[in-house]
Amino acid sequence: MTDKTMTPEDVVARLRSGMTLGIGGWGSRRKPMALVRALLRSPVTDLTVISYGGPDVGLLAAAGRIRKLVAPFATLDSIPLEPHFRAAREAGAFTLTEIDEAMFMWGLHAAANRLPFLPVRAGLGSDVMRVNPGLRTVTSPYEDGETFVAVPALRMDAALVHLNRADRLGNAQYLGPDPYFDDLFCEAADSAYVSCERLVEPGGFADAVPQTLLVGRHSVTGVVEAPNGAHFTSCVPDYGRDEPFQKLYATTPWEDFAVRFLSGPDEKSYQSAVQAWHEEVR
Amino acid sequence: MTGPAVSRAEYCVIACAEAWRGDGEVLASPMGLIPSLGARLARRTFAPDLLLTDGEATLVGADGAAEGWLPYRRHLTMVTGGRRHVMMGASQLDRYGNQNISCIGDWAAPTRQLLGVRGAPVNTLNNPVSYWVPRHSPRVFVPEVDMVCGVGYDRAAAAGARYHCLPRVVTDLAVLDFATPDRTMRLASLHPGVTVAQVRAATGFEPAVPDEVPFTRDPSAEELRLIREVLDPEGRREAEVRG
Repeated sequence: MTDKTMTPEDVVARLRSGMTLGIGGWGSRRKPMALVRALLRSPVTDLTVISYGGPDVGLLAAAGRIRKLVAPFATLDSIPLEPHFRAAREAGAFTLTEIDEAMFMWGLHAAANRLPFLPVRAGLGSDVMRVNPGLRTVTSPYEDGETFVAVPALRMDAALVHLNRADRLGNAQYLGPDPYFDDLFCEAADSAYVSCERLVEPGGFADAVPQTLLVGRHSVTGVVEAPNGAHFTSCVPDYGRDEPFQKLYATTPWEDFAVRFLSGPDEKSYQSAVQAWHEEVR
Repeated sequence: MTGPAVSRAEYCVIACAEAWRGDGEVLASPMGLIPSLGARLARRTFAPDLLLTDGEATLVGADGAAEGWLPYRRHLTMVTGGRRHVMMGASQLDRYGNQNISCIGDWAAPTRQLLGVRGAPVNTLNNPVSYWVPRHSPRVFVPEVDMVCGVGYDRAAAAGARYHCLPRVVTDLAVLDFATPDRTMRLASLHPGVTVAQVRAATGFEPAVPDEVPFTRDPSAEELRLIREVLDPEGRREAEVRG
């Protein structure tokens, strides 16, 4: 069997500027932040990012890596508006494809099922149709004759997700209450990279409740062990959101934040900088 | 009634709770503190069949005990299946109930970027959508919203929407609905202490005003007890709505 373990650097070495990149999680929850931080240390840019947006979007937008964003929102949950996303958007730093949450989900389903689109009862009558003039409608071929929006598949070159546990083959397990859409992201992408809190050894899922095994190895290209890798977003039950640090992120000028926390050579230097900050403010 | 007089915030809780009256076995999705208190009050009193969540992925009973699983993707099925009544916020609302939470100004170059459209387009085409506005002002109640996220009655009719329904808009001043022949906003009740003139001055368009405008109903003694002693003993509601 193939051992798919990699480092965060190995993952971003496989990404190219101009790619379409899906990022799992939701808002400020279980985001693959260690992989996003590795991306920030790389020269990869000009990305089309597909995300239920949180600080992943804020970080990449602030660093000027996004050419186009496909998202129904960007939020930090306990801080409703993502400040760096807002600033970049108000500065016209990227193109926005604004779609509804359910349209987004059906776009993932379409991509995962190799369909060009799926019909949804959403979008009609709203200005989503005005600001996304490329959207088409489709009429039911049955007697109801209803008109729907044909949401195009959200196919990706690569997807990044973070789960609680994974094995070396790419099977991955979530232990929190919500799977979000991470399995769909992996299936909607040509290659998918899973970071996890802890690698389990072969056979380590023998006693797992089967429905917690969310992501299957057939849809995974690489696995990264990244303890605390969703920081500062939540990754329950391993840890909750680091609210003080998130507040720091949201209120610190971007350059200052980036210099202090993101300029080190690797993920370990980020984690050390965070620890030092916590000790300082304690 | 004994004890302190009913506060404006408590009338708002009652007005929000009333949004779910008669809904039956549907998910109440309150966004914000006052709607959340309203939904939980309704669940504990006159709407015992309502489904509630813990704010994450668990459906909970009145005592907070788990009774089901509702992660995001199943939540979206409740929306499109119509088994949900959400009370959303609104940065802007027009007379037909078109709602904006995406951005202020021209969408192509917004002066203020807000949340994004979130689920407002799918919500308004599929399940009942009420709104909660904690500061009733001409900034929120505008002649025309900058970006239609939630679909109002005029656009829903033009789109042939089959399941569109906006039951009510609750603000810190009043309850409004769309019970007019052309489905434009109407003043349905005033919270005690508020005048029609105050609502008119705080609304950026002319709402329909019936000859007789009732007051928002009083809470019962038991409802007041639940609000004050069980649902919000710290009095957080008074910070959201003053007066």
